[in-house]
Amino acid sequence: MIGGLFIYNHKGEVLISRVYRDDIGRNAVDAFRVNVIHARQQVRSPVTNIARTSFFHVKRSNIWLAAVTKQNVNAAMVFEFLYKMCDVMTAYFGKISEENIKNNFVLIYELLDEILDFGYPQNSETGALKTFITQQGIKGQVKTKEEQSQITSQVTGQIGWRREGIKYRRNELFLDVLESVNLLMSPQGQVLSAHVSGRVVMKSYLSGMPECKFGMNDKIVIDKQGKGGASDDPGKSDLGGGSGKQSIAIDDCTFHQCVRLSKFDSERSISFIPPDGEYELMRYRTTKDIILPFRVIPLVREVGRTKLEVKVVIKSNFKPSLLAQKIEVRIPTPLNTSGVQVICMKGKAKYKASENAIVWKIKRMAGMKESQISAEIELLPTNDKKKWARPPISMNFEVPFAPSGLKVRYLKVFESKLNYSDHDVIKWVRYIGRSGIYETRC
Amino acid sequence: MTDSKYFTTTKKGEIFELKAELNSDKKEKKKEAVKKVIASMTVGKDVSALFPDVVNCMQTDNLELKKLVYLYLMNYAKSQPDMAIMAVNTFVKDCEDPNPLIRALAVRTMGCIRVDKITEYLCEPLRKCLKDEDPYVRKTAAVCVAKLHDINAQLVEDQGFLDTLKDLISDSNPMVVANAVAALSEIAESHPNSNLLDLNPQTINKLLTALNECTEWGQIFILDCLANYTPRDDRESQSICERVTPRLSHANSAVVLSAVKVLMKFMEMLPKDLDYYGTLLKKLAPPLVTLLSAEPELQYVALRNINLIVQRRYVLGDDLRRMFLYYSLVLGNSRLSPIKVMFTIAWYITVLAELKEYATEVDVDFVRKAVRAIGRCAIKVEQSAERCVSTLLDLIQTKVNYVVQEAIVVIKDIFRKYPNKYESVIGTLCENLDSLDEPEARAAMIWIVGEYAERIDNADELLESFLEGFHDESTQVQLQLLTAIVKLFLKKPTETQELVQQVLSLATQDSDNPDLRDRGYIYWRLLSTDPVAAKEVVLAEKPLISEETDLIEPTLLEELICHIGTLASVYHKPPSAFVEGSRGVQHKRLAGSSVESPDAGSAAGASEAPPAVIPSQGDLLGDLLNLDLTPPTTAGPPPPPSSGMQMGAMDLLGGGLDSLVGLLHNTTLLVSVQVWLPAMKAKGLEISGTFARRAGVIQMEMTLTNKAMSVMTDFAIQFNRNSFGLAPAGPLQVLSPLSPNQSIEVTLPLNTVGPVMKMDPLNNLQVAVKNNIDVFYFSCQYPISMLFVEDGKMERQVFLATWKDIPNDNESQFQIKDCHLNASSSKLQGSNIFTIAKRTVEGQDMLYQSMKLTNGIWLLAELRVQTGNPNYTVSTVLGLFMSWSHNTVVVLVLC
Repeated sequence: MIGGLFIYNHKGEVLISRVYRDDIGRNAVDAFRVNVIHARQQVRSPVTNIARTSFFHVKRSNIWLAAVTKQNVNAAMVFEFLYKMCDVMTAYFGKISEENIKNNFVLIYELLDEILDFGYPQNSETGALKTFITQQGIKGQVKTKEEQSQITSQVTGQIGWRREGIKYRRNELFLDVLESVNLLMSPQGQVLSAHVSGRVVMKSYLSGMPECKFGMNDKIVIDKQGKGGASDDPGKSDLGGGSGKQSIAIDDCTFHQCVRLSKFDSERSISFIPPDGEYELMRYRTTKDIILPFRVIPLVREVGRTKLEVKVVIKSNFKPSLLAQKIEVRIPTPLNTSGVQVICMKGKAKYKASENAIVWKIKRMAGMKESQISAEIELLPTNDKKKWARPPISMNFEVPFAPSGLKVRYLKVFESKLNYSDHDVIKWVRYIGRSGIYETRC
Repeated sequence: MTDSKYFTTTKKGEIFELKAELNSDKKEKKKEAVKKVIASMTVGKDVSALFPDVVNCMQTDNLELKKLVYLYLMNYAKSQPDMAIMAVNTFVKDCEDPNPLIRALAVRTMGCIRVDKITEYLCEPLRKCLKDEDPYVRKTAAVCVAKLHDINAQLVEDQGFLDTLKDLISDSNPMVVANAVAALSEIAESHPNSNLLDLNPQTINKLLTALNECTEWGQIFILDCLANYTPRDDRESQSICERVTPRLSHANSAVVLSAVKVLMKFMEMLPKDLDYYGTLLKKLAPPLVTLLSAEPELQYVALRNINLIVQRRYVLGDDLRRMFLYYSLVLGNSRLSPIKVMFTIAWYITVLAELKEYATEVDVDFVRKAVRAIGRCAIKVEQSAERCVSTLLDLIQTKVNYVVQEAIVVIKDIFRKYPNKYESVIGTLCENLDSLDEPEARAAMIWIVGEYAERIDNADELLESFLEGFHDESTQVQLQLLTAIVKLFLKKPTETQELVQQVLSLATQDSDNPDLRDRGYIYWRLLSTDPVAAKEVVLAEKPLISEETDLIEPTLLEELICHIGTLASVYHKPPSAFVEGSRGVQHKRLAGSSVESPDAGSAAGASEAPPAVIPSQGDLLGDLLNLDLTPPTTAGPPPPPSSGMQMGAMDLLGGGLDSLVGLLHNTTLLVSVQVWLPAMKAKGLEISGTFARRAGVIQMEMTLTNKAMSVMTDFAIQFNRNSFGLAPAGPLQVLSPLSPNQSIEVTLPLNTVGPVMKMDPLNNLQVAVKNNIDVFYFSCQYPISMLFVEDGKMERQVFLATWKDIPNDNESQFQIKDCHLNASSSKLQGSNIFTIAKRTVEGQDMLYQSMKLTNGIWLLAELRVQTGNPNYTVSTVLGLFMSWSHNTVVVLVLC
């Protein structure tokens, strides 16, 4: 198991050092500094073995977190734990910075004592931890016996992520469907690969211990209910941002630990008692019938050896009433470019020599529109026989719908002990689709 | 409240000031001072001098202060054990506190203070806490048992904590169960033979129930523990799989990987034609793909693991294809992933068809890699060669320039690997001669033309066409062209005389490249003096090429599959390669696959103590080169003092006592054969062997087995300096190359004139074996008795005098229990142990014996045998060696 945990600043000075196992000595602290932080060549592997001691590290801004062990530990677990550690620290004192860590070092030691015992991760849900570890020191001593046993049963209990007795005057929840759409397209417009990775993020402000049930247009569920004859021609007919699409095929999804997995496995229903505040309910991945919000049509012509003519057309492919934002098209230019003239109808375009690309930015663009840029690229003559590799044209954007076609059908809230019903809960749903790696070869 | 100010004090009299503040009456000031102390401790300053002052602050109601003091204690208690005792009372008191948080804190902290005296006091409170009404205290106490076991294993056993811990597996609270499982797994790891984690269907059921309820970390502990279980039949296997499968949707990727591990292992038990088997296989792939979109560090772990998994299960179906493309995307966009992404052939084997598809689609670099991979695939896996070659031919037909060039380069290698098999494709290759513009491809093509000149009608024309621009070519091409034309000339001397003269003069006279000139001159002279010799040199048979790849040996792969998610799977090394001591030496195997060694848990297991782990190649190499005179750190774990003599003796001998005694009938002494170097540690070379003394000559009898896929040659052996100066008396006689799956028996005579260095244990021998692949290291232990020389019989008078002379310090006594040794003098004498005198006192036979070692040291022993009682008492008097370990002496006497 984890033998020790160190936090360093960017200079490699130790801010926090907690050793859990006898086989980890003080020299381990220095070994990591010398061999990784101050390494002459950047260490690319997140796992380093120095003198039979393994170091796992993650970096947050310029802070290094390192877990050390001499055993054959579960590597995935160690990284998950380090991420969790970052989450917990962020939940307590905000950004992970040298200043914040120094300001809260007593708190961090206290947390480390609680969430890692002899190197074994223990309950690390902030919801539970905050009931008995606070920045103002420990509340423990002023608590009654009932409160104490409530804390301990919560920390060790089945619902470790939520404490009892939460009350809100207004019961409210926010659902964000955040997707990133990835595409690789051939110059002729053939999709070489496309996938969407999405997340459902929930912010819940609900009283008591509410039982929630989340429903979406999952093809398996819809088909089972016999409602959708959807599979015949789902995506094709609708260019309207997925509104007409009945159901989607989800390749794979993972859930926050609050979701009852065995129930999902058997009935494919998503039921849970949510943590309080913001958390990620699920992640998913789809590859079929993806709505590609933009189509890029490139045209590159070589005029002699010293000139290139580039014309790129982008077409928005969603409902005209919707607006895409933060659009950026990046057109790579050869290394021997000497000058560029750009003409575009919409937005602003600039040649950025340092990035070897023409960057074309458009603030907003409605659906079913088209825009065009043309550029003349002057080249310096070179002896280099090797042809320009023509990297793909990449795009960035943000659209107010889910390119996978995912729709939230319902999120029902039941709290039998308190006097509010599903109808009293104010619910908000928002869809945001962003570009991941969105590339078209030219 | 900001605490950063505590980091800033760097004044000189700091310790003094802190001391004063710690003893202040004001609570606030005390707390501030302790914080300063902790801050100093963190940055590495030595504040141990403040120990008594800090401990004095322990008696407080303030929980925050208490925690800080505890933190300090954990760090420094070991350096001040006497003073640490001062803290015991407070701990014991805190364990009785009404607040469960304080009870748990106390027991948690006590377990971290590694001072013997404190651990004694820990037992009672721990026992209470293990049965505490509060689950929070119980879960903390469960881990504390593991802590205590790490400090004093015997104590834990004696106090019966293990049973209590086992009971906790049935606890009502899932977190208590999870921690108990974690603690038991860890303890069990250091006792590979004990039946600690007694997993049976009932406990498995309990674990599976807890799995649904406990924290994400608890799920990992439970899944990792489940992976060690072997189901009784395929039905049980299936039902476990069914209950583990939902974990594949967990957000925590460690849970997912551990679940994959369990499923991969238990799937082996299922019949392959079962519908469920197929369903399960389908379910495995998507979560693995999902892992690839995790954070970069986890992505790295996931990639290394997927790498293993696809080598084991080729058919992960359509998803793999997607994974593959994802890979290519990651590669193409290095800005995305800061981590070096690694390809393995296994990927390519699975996706050969897709490769072809992509070879024309995506970017140049990727295509090149893909084509090259097809070639490597052909070379490594003979069965796939046919398919690979036809794929490559298809690719050449595409006429895409860089594809063709890359394909020709790899085809050249395929020709060399499989001579006279695929030459029919040469025609197609020649068609593409003109389009080649990269040196490597041109060189490859020229090589092909030269090598197969007799089959290519217009070989001379082809080569001549290259010759025109000779000076514009890169050196690589020039050299190749020179050789190819010489080959051609030797094959078809009549038609090509002119050509060869041309190239020789180009190479020798017009070129300033020394390499080229030299080669030109050599050929020229060869051709002019002795054409037959030239033929022998230039057209000599070429050795087959073999491909070093990242494909993992099947045995190692099997073990690694059992370690999915762990460091072993990230390093692609067995845990013993990077974990010290006994932990992790235990080898895991997949169920249902070919069993090589009996289960380690069996009774005979005790005698199969694996050879000591060699620390690291670096250290050992240093020793082998005689650069280092310090005793090596290797010495396997010292046998636990409790294990009893008999056990220790067996450890050393590697065989059961019975076999030993049986063998005493022969004049030679044999020890049962042991595997010294397992195949997975030595790239497929397995060495097992034994030692013997035959007719006064010490011999090392070894069996070398090649379990790799390629031929092994050039064997050599070397010993590290050792206690008795053992050294090989001759070279290792492995004359013919060792082909795959072949074994060879070698007897290596030893002498004792090598360099001497005391080893621990004394009879440890570190050996390096070299072959054409690498150098491997192992260590083994030889029976001391093989060092007893034939003239070890001491005169009676001398014996008596010597016995008296040797100081008492050198004498040690042992009991050998339950040993039915018919110790007649002649048998012992066969092993060069000579009985000098025998007398009977009060129904006991007393035997006095002497033996002499190769280095001239005498050993004297007194063996007391009680008639009708199988127990022997031995007292031994030693010569010059002061520090024989107990075990050594026992072995010695037993022989």
